[in-house]
Amino acid sequence: MSISVLKHKMINGPDRTIDDLDRNIIIATQGGLPLVPKPYEALAKQLNTTADEVMSRMQWMVDFGVIRRIAAVPNHYALGYKKNGMTVWDVPDENISDLGKKVGQLPFVSHCYHRPRYLPEWPYNLFAMVHGKSQDEVDQQIAEIKAVLGEHCKQHSVLFSKRILKKTGLRLKT
Amino acid sequence: MPALTNLSRRTELATLSDIDRALINRLQDGFPICEQPYQIVAEELGLDEPDLIERIQQLLDDNVLTRFGPMYHAGQMGGAFSLAAMRIPCERFDEMVKVVNQFPEIAHNYEREHELNMWFVIATETPEGVADVIGQIESATGYRVYNMPKEEEFYVNLRFKA
Repeated sequence: MSISVLKHKMINGPDRTIDDLDRNIIIATQGGLPLVPKPYEALAKQLNTTADEVMSRMQWMVDFGVIRRIAAVPNHYALGYKKNGMTVWDVPDENISDLGKKVGQLPFVSHCYHRPRYLPEWPYNLFAMVHGKSQDEVDQQIAEIKAVLGEHCKQHSVLFSKRILKKTGLRLKT
Repeated sequence: MPALTNLSRRTELATLSDIDRALINRLQDGFPICEQPYQIVAEELGLDEPDLIERIQQLLDDNVLTRFGPMYHAGQMGGAFSLAAMRIPCERFDEMVKVVNQFPEIAHNYEREHELNMWFVIATETPEGVADVIGQIESATGYRVYNMPKEEEFYVNLRFKA
């Protein structure tokens, strides 16, 4: 994905930023893409523009990472991934870039970030999300991360999700 | 505004046909921008267009898919997002879920097994928005919000094989 290239540098594209029509496209699609044969034309009618205009603007948003991708987001519980753990690790700050990249490369890790500690109650600075269909599967994944971190890991914890309380994605104020 | 009834999203396993599994996997990979994108995907999967659209609608209705459409990146839009956590006493948890979820800037929210038991993603249109929302949540709830913005991103690719 091109986001890492853009990170911290470019907000929006090189030659333009989000304007009112882009914003209206975002508002019209943040709940989902219309489920009709010509969805971009349907959006265009709603926004009083042309399908070509909507498509070129959405393509621009994809190219510059404003849209990560146009895709389905599954409810992972429904697919059987009932053990979803946020694994958190206390590793030395000087090693975290190196260790984070290694953990991020493990095939079962969906997100991996360096985040701040809140000492003394929150000593963890490396976050890696894991997902499995059974406790055994997730235990195995956690053991693999532990092995990658080796002696650099001072302590760790796993916060399993109990309930999805909200999952709407981004919402702009209308 | 999502009501608390929406909160108990299905947590049981869905029974899915092979076609639905293939469709879910395909739709996680990205969707074309062209005049008749459903037609393109339908052809790839050996379906016809109305059948594909109906299947997607059904998967959404059954809450097998939580959404289908563009996934926007608040940071690239010129805004910001962050992960934050709260420690809420059990007896006040559901009440506080309502208060926190009322904020449209809360994109996702999960209950987790830990002393810090509520974890949510805040997405805002402006860089200052995150701090504003955190301040508002702290006043509305009376509990501290631990803001944990990313300092470095090592990997993001959330896909589930159906």
